[in-house]
Amino acid sequence: MTPPNGAASEAVAHALAPARARRTASLWSEGWRRFRKHRLATFGAAALAVMVIAVAAGPLVYRVPIDEIDFRAKLKGPSRAHPLGTDDLGQDLLARMLYGGRISLAVGVTAMLIAITVGTVVGATAGHLGGASDHVLMRLTDLFLCLPQLPLLLLLVYLFRDTLKNVLGPEMGVFVLVVIVIGGLRWMPVARLVRAQFLSLREKEFVEAARSLGAPPLRQVIRHILPNAVGPVIVAGTIDVAAAILAESSLSFLGLGFPPDIPTWGRILFDAKDNLDFAPHWAIFPGTAIFLTVLSINYIGDGLRDALDPRKVLS
Amino acid sequence: MSKYLVRRVLIAIPVLAGISLVLFTVLALAPGDPFEELATNPNVPPEVRANLRHQFGLDDPIPVRYVRWFTSMIKGDWGFSFVSRVDVGTLIMQRLPTTLWVLGLAQVLGLAVALPVGILAARRPYSIFDQISTTLAFVGFSLPTFFTGILFILFFSIYLDWLPFIYRADISATGWRWYWENARQAIMPVAVLGLAQGASMTRFVRSAMLEVIRLDYINTARSKGLSEKVTIWKHAVRNAMIPVVTLVALQIPGIFTGAVITEQIFRVPGIGSLLITSILANDTPVIMAITFVFSCLVVLFNLVADLLYGWLDPRISLR
Repeated sequence: MTPPNGAASEAVAHALAPARARRTASLWSEGWRRFRKHRLATFGAAALAVMVIAVAAGPLVYRVPIDEIDFRAKLKGPSRAHPLGTDDLGQDLLARMLYGGRISLAVGVTAMLIAITVGTVVGATAGHLGGASDHVLMRLTDLFLCLPQLPLLLLLVYLFRDTLKNVLGPEMGVFVLVVIVIGGLRWMPVARLVRAQFLSLREKEFVEAARSLGAPPLRQVIRHILPNAVGPVIVAGTIDVAAAILAESSLSFLGLGFPPDIPTWGRILFDAKDNLDFAPHWAIFPGTAIFLTVLSINYIGDGLRDALDPRKVLS
Repeated sequence: MSKYLVRRVLIAIPVLAGISLVLFTVLALAPGDPFEELATNPNVPPEVRANLRHQFGLDDPIPVRYVRWFTSMIKGDWGFSFVSRVDVGTLIMQRLPTTLWVLGLAQVLGLAVALPVGILAARRPYSIFDQISTTLAFVGFSLPTFFTGILFILFFSIYLDWLPFIYRADISATGWRWYWENARQAIMPVAVLGLAQGASMTRFVRSAMLEVIRLDYINTARSKGLSEKVTIWKHAVRNAMIPVVTLVALQIPGIFTGAVITEQIFRVPGIGSLLITSILANDTPVIMAITFVFSCLVVLFNLVADLLYGWLDPRISLR
């Protein structure tokens, strides 16, 4: 190969490089472009980003302790010293909400991961194996769909809370329990979606090609089918984060979730609900935080649904 | 139709058995022992404890215990409450009608909002009305019931002072006044639950109507000169309701979540608030029974949904 020729091919490679880069990124950038078309979803993503940054970085910047008791300032509305007011012990609400928000969001994301993992495994097994195992797994899914969620959640927390507290400590114990139970009761829609995707995808030519080239079943599933089934799972997972946050808040709101020294948003509402007539701010701020988070996540899910559905034509 | 009904009921029985199996497994796996108190009490000799355990069959293998538990649950023998020493069955029967009333009225309210709004929105998609109603439905569907409840109390009870925020079972008034007081105190719980339901149902109705309304047979109905009212209500809505029933049936377990929370906020004396008080008081027989009742209700309402299917779509009952 002579130098001039090499330079020419290099020049060609240079010219091609951006094009190739664009082509490889196109799936995701295309999704992003479509997502941005959904104005409210973009707002939702921005609002959620603000929320996440606030709870992640907020306690580092806003250094008021969450458990500093000050009876002179109890049940005060928003003021310069306490931007969101105080509770009945004079504890600063902003600090408590920033700290509790970490837990609320962490519960949402972890429970979602559990739900989509279990759901994907169940759905993939049922859809790929078919036959008797499909039948059994789908009956199991139907059975779980019939379970009354909150009563069962309450029952499980009631029965297992003390043991896990003793093993893992009060904070970790409740967290693990709440996350497992919420995730364990929310995998069914994902399982159904994944199974439906598998049933249609496993008959497609590209899977057949992989099969005839000798790909073992696990490789077919993981490399070829799953990546194509991931769109609806992402959407369901997004909605699941919102549902898990709601479930945790409901549990804490009933006084059966996290203990009072871990002020998740639902727990703050639980403490606030008996003082509504003289300290409405105490309930309104955490309630609004839950509402805005759930609303943003639901809008993001809506936008993702539009963005990831290739059949949907967007102007 | 009756054959279809029988088949549906027969399917419901294994589902119920499955649910009871899940509940029983949870209870059996749970740490702790009903005889814990006796075990730590030094005045109770070990022989007595062993005797008691034997008498109540706690040493039997788990499958035997499950069968015994399930048969007595079916027979309606649910034991007695640890706390109030009352028969669990009586305790629940006192509370159940209130829960069913609130839930039923909330469903009616939800439908009364969702049907007209969803249909109107679907008839003129992307109009101002559609955009407003879709946004409101999204907001309503993202608002947790416990927060709407608190906002309602803040606004209607504390700020305006129109409605009582504690539900009382012992209203002393008689006659019309009694009905009036009861209606007044039911407004907020029913509205909170019903609007939450209505919001998600509106979304279902709208999307189902959008699917149906552009189909050919609707054009046929219009072009053969049927009035718009008949076209929409007799031809479009009935078919659009089929997926809506599915989606609403899938949501039934979630409705009970809302019911428990609403009862707790407004102190409605239903089985949801009984569940919470029992959990706080460690009253295991009541907790188990209520969870079982909730499961039975879910199965029952799924059955109702199946019947609705049969009515909406006659092809189903033939299969």
